[in-house]
Amino acid sequence: MTAVQERPGAEIGRDRRRKEDQRLITGRTRWTDNLQLPGMLHLAMIRSPFAHATIASIDKSEAEKATNVVAVFTAADLGESLGACINAWAITTDQVTPAHPPMPADRVTFAGEIVAVVVARSAAEARDAAELVDVEYDELPAALDLKEAAEATPENGGALAHPDLGTNKSALWTFDSAEAGTGGNVDEAIEKARTDGILIEREYRQQRLIPAFMEPRSVVVDPTGEQITMWSATQIPHILRFALAATTGVPESKIRVIAPDVGGGFGGKLQQTPEEMIAFAVARRLGKPVKYTETRSESLMSGHHGRDQWQRLTLAATKDGTVTGLKVDLLADLGSYVAIVGGGVPVLGAFMFNAIYKFPAYRFNCQTVLTNKTWTDAYRGAGRPEATYAIERLMNELAAEVGVDPLAVREKNWIKHEEFPFTTVAGLEYDSGNYEAATAKARELFGYDELRAEQRRRRESGDPVQLGIGVSTFTEMCGLAPSRVLGQLNYGAGGWEHAEVRMLPTGKVEVVTGASAHGQGHETAFSQIVADRLGVAFEDVEILHGDTQISHKGLDTYGSRSLVVGGEALVKAVDKVIEKAKPIAAHLLEASVDDLEFTGGRFSVRGTDQGMAIGEIATAAFAAHNLPDGVEPSIDSEATYDPVNFNYPHGTHLCAMEVDTETGALKMRKYVCVDDIGNIINPLIVAGQVHGGLVQGIAQALWEEAVYDESGTLVSGSFVDYLLPTAADTISFDVDHTTSPSTTNTLGTKGVGEAGTIASTPAVVNAVVDAVRHLGVNDIQMPCTPERVWKAINGAHGGGHADTEGAAAPHFDASTGMEGTVDRTTGGADA
Amino acid sequence: MTRISLTVDGASVSDDVEPRMLLVHYLREKLGKTGTVIGCDTSNCGACTVHLNGTSVKSCNVLAVQADGAEVTTIEGLARDGELHPVQEAFRECHGLQCGFCTPGMIMQSVALLQENPKPSEEEIRLGLEGNLCRCTGYHNIVRAVQHASGQAETAGATS
Repeated sequence: MTAVQERPGAEIGRDRRRKEDQRLITGRTRWTDNLQLPGMLHLAMIRSPFAHATIASIDKSEAEKATNVVAVFTAADLGESLGACINAWAITTDQVTPAHPPMPADRVTFAGEIVAVVVARSAAEARDAAELVDVEYDELPAALDLKEAAEATPENGGALAHPDLGTNKSALWTFDSAEAGTGGNVDEAIEKARTDGILIEREYRQQRLIPAFMEPRSVVVDPTGEQITMWSATQIPHILRFALAATTGVPESKIRVIAPDVGGGFGGKLQQTPEEMIAFAVARRLGKPVKYTETRSESLMSGHHGRDQWQRLTLAATKDGTVTGLKVDLLADLGSYVAIVGGGVPVLGAFMFNAIYKFPAYRFNCQTVLTNKTWTDAYRGAGRPEATYAIERLMNELAAEVGVDPLAVREKNWIKHEEFPFTTVAGLEYDSGNYEAATAKARELFGYDELRAEQRRRRESGDPVQLGIGVSTFTEMCGLAPSRVLGQLNYGAGGWEHAEVRMLPTGKVEVVTGASAHGQGHETAFSQIVADRLGVAFEDVEILHGDTQISHKGLDTYGSRSLVVGGEALVKAVDKVIEKAKPIAAHLLEASVDDLEFTGGRFSVRGTDQGMAIGEIATAAFAAHNLPDGVEPSIDSEATYDPVNFNYPHGTHLCAMEVDTETGALKMRKYVCVDDIGNIINPLIVAGQVHGGLVQGIAQALWEEAVYDESGTLVSGSFVDYLLPTAADTISFDVDHTTSPSTTNTLGTKGVGEAGTIASTPAVVNAVVDAVRHLGVNDIQMPCTPERVWKAINGAHGGGHADTEGAAAPHFDASTGMEGTVDRTTGGADA
Repeated sequence: MTRISLTVDGASVSDDVEPRMLLVHYLREKLGKTGTVIGCDTSNCGACTVHLNGTSVKSCNVLAVQADGAEVTTIEGLARDGELHPVQEAFRECHGLQCGFCTPGMIMQSVALLQENPKPSEEEIRLGLEGNLCRCTGYHNIVRAVQHASGQAETAGATS
């Protein structure tokens, strides 16, 4: 048996090529849109062109007469069977949460909302007939600008996203370190800095982004069996099954959700979507299988968006650059509905504004706001990129004010490696980390001193192409997470994960996980863990996932939780297998349990050459001819693991950017990152996750933005206008790591899925600003297009600020409302 | 309906198709060649890239009737006699894919690129793949895979 030859620990840490790849590189894939079921019908959605309007009438008579059209349904036709899209996170008990019908009956609240569905024998015929549905709308004033929406009331005549609610304010969530007992009073810190220190006040915009996974969302529903089966390109098959049951009344046991191959997610497929709900209702109504696959334009318009915040920040520090306090006021645009976890995204960020630093005082106010735009929700990093951006930009401003290197100001304020575990001002306990080591390594790989020297030379010579060096040190909370903590935050579910290890009679192993993959390489990484822990061959482990019938329990994949929560659940399940096998091994080896040891997949009797492989015990348990009395003839086991803490990856990212001061054109020269994600299971997969994350974060800094026009139409509604970077836009990266094992899980791992995205955006913008700071620029709004860079250099907006929102933006204070104006020169354009 | 005859992945096929049917829909819906996928409706993403008479095309940009008499190769016909194409091997070796949705198009484009230029520089590879979007890999390992397939990179290290 191969297990006997395997060396424990041989798999973990190894660059294993992925098991998943064979089918993906040969086109033998199981995308939802590939499914063809007998008699399957196809859906086409009719979507509102208006951001806010009442539906006056829907005439579907012409469409119903079209060739091969089976039915046309409106909300009135489908009635209560449509159910509702769930919101799982009321961040405050008084959160204003508008009901979210998959297909509203009387009023649309964003451009792209579904008002009717055509069912036809082919997708093309359904789309043709959709053109024949005549919908009359009466347009309503739309709440589109986030700041204006936050201020709107029935009394001041501002547009309300949902007039019946009387407000666009959804929830006000606050944290104050003085009240929480985790730190001091931030107002005192600010007052002291105002008179005898440094006060940095800035306002940053987190533009709206679109996850833009490559596989458009697709759903197939087959109601013809004993159960209703839904295949969906989703990240959350388990949560979706629960949500379908909870909102339609169909018992969970009668619903099976399958997430087959899923082509990317990045948070964008973390939803119970209107399209899924409509397909579910139509299939039930007609008793036939149905399919809906969105077009890319539909995906960009009506799949959820990410980010979209205004951040107003006040950082207090002493004259030598020691931070004494941070105050954050946030406005977060939820769009027209509070999506499944949309309300909670900014709150995840609340815990991260202090980042890797020892802030003595902190206050966070977040006002979430409803508008007549597509709903926002988790997008790669979810709240943490927004927070990291703000603080890493501010730390650079502080360095400029003090007149020191940006790395020096970080070093002055960060938590030193010997201070872990460390409880932060936001109340989190960071288990491990070594910011000094990661920074030193990144510095060396980057050639920091040489590049700084080149920067000086270019400045002195007045080179039209200037060099900027961007720094971003980051940490994040991931591995979502301890159920108890999520409960304290009013989140609707827990944060555990489930795993099952099935020992097959031949000695091979089937492993079931509740984590559901969409490109992360679970089948490979989880096989490595089981192979090592159980002492069996990598090839003998099969990972099953993404089907609620096979994997009956799980909380799916988001928030970099698969490995650190799901992987740890596997460890627990494997340990139970070994525990169950032990008495059987002792019996068969005619030894005492106390004399057995388990290494390399084999039980051995100490001091003898007697032993049995775990696979042989599986076979013996299957035959059950000779088991100890009262012992169950199975060594299969399962475990549900709830972590005791989040975990906290960190890293140092450095970016060198060339800026053409005559044209505003940018060229990335070099990007180095050293991430510390604890112990690494598969370095190849980890590097790939980092590369992809980096480009998504760089894209926020430089290219991507969901843009609405004044009528609420998404003008970046295709890949022509929404600028996903191409291979020609990007460079090769220098990726390395340091290792501070997590102390809160057996594997010592930390999450990596979001790290690159969180860290890279501020690194890039810091580099762009650094290149032109000597020209009087201290901010450029994202995405840093050549036009914005050029305007910043040429003072088109005055005071060295290149903020396209204008020199005087309305002031907002999430806690007190919206009044006055911000002095946007506060903090100074430090030319 | 228009009658077309063509060779797809080495097999002769004949069908009556609507003149408006796109080649990608013909491949997926009529022939069940679901390895070729659709990622956008604006010809930007390149996920549907196949070879038409040996040249890479975005099959959402070609009508099925235009393929009449042609030889079409899809990702499913790239491996021969159970042997993966070297570019397929390279994508696995270099971890040039994650979710895998863009991968068929990316591999077909890479094969065409290497046919035209067997030893491309990194810049030539990046320009050659500009019409194919990937959201997972950051392109780093895709570029490495093409270099590897061209014999210009020995290994796919986890770092750098």
